[in-house]
Amino acid sequence: MVRFTDVFKTYENGTKALKGVSFEIQDGEFVFLVGPSGSGKTTIIKLITGEIAPMDGEVNVNGYDMGSIKFSKMPYMRRTLGVVFQDFRLMEGKTVYENVAFAMRVVGASNKEIRRRVPYVLELVGLDKRMMRRPDELSGGEQQRVAIARALVNNPRVVIADEPTGNLDPARSLEIMMLLEKINELGTTVLVVTHEKELVNNFNKRVIAIDAGRVVSDRMDRYYSYDE
Amino acid sequence: MTSNRIGYYLKEGMVSVFNHGFMSFASVCIIVACLIIMGSFSLLGLNVDTIIYRMESENEILAYVDESLSDADARALESRIEQVPNVASAQFVSREEAMDSFVKQYENTSLFDGVDATVFRHRYIIKLDDISLMAKTQTDLLSVRGIAKINAHLEISEGFVRIRNIVTTVSVSLVVILLVISLFIMSNTIKLTTFERREEIAIMKMVGATSGFIRWPFVVEGIVLAAFGSLSAYILQYGIYRLVTERLIGNTGFSFITFIPFSQIAVPMLIVFVAVGFVVGVIGSLIAIRNYLKV
Repeated sequence: MVRFTDVFKTYENGTKALKGVSFEIQDGEFVFLVGPSGSGKTTIIKLITGEIAPMDGEVNVNGYDMGSIKFSKMPYMRRTLGVVFQDFRLMEGKTVYENVAFAMRVVGASNKEIRRRVPYVLELVGLDKRMMRRPDELSGGEQQRVAIARALVNNPRVVIADEPTGNLDPARSLEIMMLLEKINELGTTVLVVTHEKELVNNFNKRVIAIDAGRVVSDRMDRYYSYDE
Repeated sequence: MTSNRIGYYLKEGMVSVFNHGFMSFASVCIIVACLIIMGSFSLLGLNVDTIIYRMESENEILAYVDESLSDADARALESRIEQVPNVASAQFVSREEAMDSFVKQYENTSLFDGVDATVFRHRYIIKLDDISLMAKTQTDLLSVRGIAKINAHLEISEGFVRIRNIVTTVSVSLVVILLVISLFIMSNTIKLTTFERREEIAIMKMVGATSGFIRWPFVVEGIVLAAFGSLSAYILQYGIYRLVTERLIGNTGFSFITFIPFSQIAVPMLIVFVAVGFVVGVIGSLIAIRNYLKV
């Protein structure tokens, strides 16, 4: 569960990124967070992942109060999240298998667990035949699937995808979105940050629109309203 | 910490050493250079200190016994003199022995012809534990009943103490400065390796790695580099020390100098090299990675 309650955030250079943002995402939901560049989307992601702290208001992520969370607790909070980035952020020197296994190793999983779980997740994202390839041998869509597998492998409560289709063609973008939808159907909360209107309108999901640091729309249909 | 995780840290640390071959080589070279410079100054200081100590121990105090004391009473003073703080040894020299010594010293002259031994006084040749306390020991000895006069070369002892203090201060200062420089260079070298891997560290943080999990492979890397560096420096230092001492001993101009044999300092030096390398490697790694763990 992710809850923002009247959250304000101003950066050191004076930029007012968020001006009283409130919303709540329940467990099991699939939500699009949309808005133009500079609207505050990235700030919301950073607040959720703990890269920055709110100035005012409350950010609660899976039971952790992000305004007062101790530094030592941050890794444990992050283990409840799976994050997918636009630029994939894979380790070039490692194979697909190793990239995914790495995320499990980080949280102290045993070799036995890793050997059991990684092939399962790679099969889920359709990469079970390409486990031993390195990222530079894969297409953009496949690399994003690896990133999704890595985000999923520790069984997070929430998957956050930050512009996951930004570097992909429309067909691959649709595939990735369908994969995220499938993951959501398996019970994981999914938050997709995007500015791709066409893509959002292909799915009948909740859309939170943000503009100039404020929530301007929060609707349960394929309504992409911030620029209308 | 599970064996699984320890295995991971060791593997990652070792792999990183070889994956970043040039940087690893640079780090080892830096450790070797710093340790050899530090080691050379330490050995120089140690040898100078030993030579000065030997010369100091040859610097004696003469305590003259009151003439009114009988021979037996004069000899009995020995135990009381040895109880005086800072006295290492007291050797009784009778007036006859003193005269014999002078006669031998001036045997080609008629200076002592017809001179009776009674003109000499019984005396003690006293060696001290710490030459820097000579003035105080002199006062303490004078308070021993039966000691009439003390002959001590305070100016010589002060000179030795001054030289030893200067050598110690210079050596310790240089070692400390070089240690700080080594730490700085080592941490910057590992920082470059860390900079190459900042994306990997960011991913680790994002998937929930604890700071310890991220830090340990770098610490292992630092230890491995330090071990290579320390052992290489130790072997080189041995070669340099042997070469220099053999050359100096072979040179007649320095024949009065005796050096500490390497075998005497081999084990403590190995321990110091490994310890300094370890400290530089581990602290250097920790300093290098500190900034990347703040997120």
